[in-house]
Amino acid sequence: MSASEQKSMHSGSALDIEGQAALWLQRWQFWDWSPSDQAELDAWLAQSTAHEVAYIRLMSGYGRTERLIALRAPRLDRSMLGRLFRIAAAAGVVVALGSAALIYSKPKEVTYTTPIGGRQTIMLADGSRIDLNTDSALRIGTDARRVTLDSGEAYFQIKHDSARPFVVTVGEHRVIDLGTKFLVRSKMDHLDVTLVEGRARIDSGNGGATQSVVLTPGDEVIATAREITKVRKTPQDLSNELGWRRGVIVFQHTTLADAVAEFNRYNPNKILIGSNAVAALKIDGTFPSDDPDSFVEIAQDILHLRVERRGESVVITK
Amino acid sequence: MTASALVDWFVREVLPLEAALMHFLQQNWRNPHEIADLRQDVYVRVYDAARKQIPTHTKAFVFQTARNLLINRVRRDHVVPIEAVPDLETLDVAADLPSPEDATIARDDLRRLRSALDKLPPRCREAVILGRVEGLPGRAIAVRMGVSDATVSEHLANGIRALVNEVYGHDPNSKGQS
Repeated sequence: MSASEQKSMHSGSALDIEGQAALWLQRWQFWDWSPSDQAELDAWLAQSTAHEVAYIRLMSGYGRTERLIALRAPRLDRSMLGRLFRIAAAAGVVVALGSAALIYSKPKEVTYTTPIGGRQTIMLADGSRIDLNTDSALRIGTDARRVTLDSGEAYFQIKHDSARPFVVTVGEHRVIDLGTKFLVRSKMDHLDVTLVEGRARIDSGNGGATQSVVLTPGDEVIATAREITKVRKTPQDLSNELGWRRGVIVFQHTTLADAVAEFNRYNPNKILIGSNAVAALKIDGTFPSDDPDSFVEIAQDILHLRVERRGESVVITK
Repeated sequence: MTASALVDWFVREVLPLEAALMHFLQQNWRNPHEIADLRQDVYVRVYDAARKQIPTHTKAFVFQTARNLLINRVRRDHVVPIEAVPDLETLDVAADLPSPEDATIARDDLRRLRSALDKLPPRCREAVILGRVEGLPGRAIAVRMGVSDATVSEHLANGIRALVNEVYGHDPNSKGQS
């Protein structure tokens, strides 16, 4: 009899071990999880290879039951879930420090939201980092490697773990990290994913027809309910798209319409454009995202456009 | 060999063979109640061997290990003649297997998971739906169902085992597995 066989036989039958592993897994997944719980689990895993393989097997298989969330009834349970998230947050499971929040080992599902013009950095226990841009909502599941971007934009810098891939769900699309830095933006009718570093995959659709696309650095993917298209970005484009993390918006041959839309994401007082001719003008430049006035001044002084204040809004015309 | 590379290999190359391995064990072992233990022993041997060096041909290595294990058990238990365990060459288990990648993104995953979910006992099913589908934490599930935390844990653990067996493509009608 081999040493490993002996070891496994001391630990009970395979089904007993599977039962213990399942109890550990559900405890890790669904209940408060302290460093002492982790130490206890580590000790159990170290007892025998049989424990270890049983746990890996369940863990990996459980990850693949992820698709069950497709069965979620969205309208019915939203308000109840919202209430529960608030309760979980109020219970102090997550410690928020100023604009940065640190999640210690095992959180409940928690929702992060930023107001218009706001920004938040979320540090995960595994060393991954999420930067949440203006006017966004992100949920981190009971498994911290499962997050949902409900609205807005977030930049992910993920510590890779092939046994536990990091998955961002946006509507019926899933972005799966294969060792990665990537930007995800949820828009009205589509999803925008830009890969900065590493590798990632996008799975679109629930149930029946699932489409998959693998991204390499510089790829930007636009996924609608029906199709996925891929375009290439230059390093300069990538850096511009991530300007918000430094508090700036970068325009490069950007139409005024797009530039204004970009400013309006960050500011409650909106800029409006009065005519199509103005909307089509192109501009270059880097602006503080919280300072639309600097942009309006340039429109006035350099582009010689007319600027008119109407209540809280600014209208730009020829 | 880093620990994560070992786990990665086991998840990507060994676990997707499980349905075929179970089939092999069921075909070649008389006592269905021992199949789960045999599978565990195969996994333990394969995993321990890979700590030193990850085998180049995982599939062949796994089935060779399974065959050796059965032969050793036959010798030890003196139950059946050795000829009862066929040569690997005569088995077609290695052919027609889905690749790990295919197995991971099988399109009918959701349909199969759903049917596994429907087969769970009602209270267990309810706990799994609240936890896995709706994403509620354990405490909230206990409140919703009006049962103790320990009962919820029990339901979730049983449900996870059943779903995971489904993921690995077990035949729900065969004996000797959970």
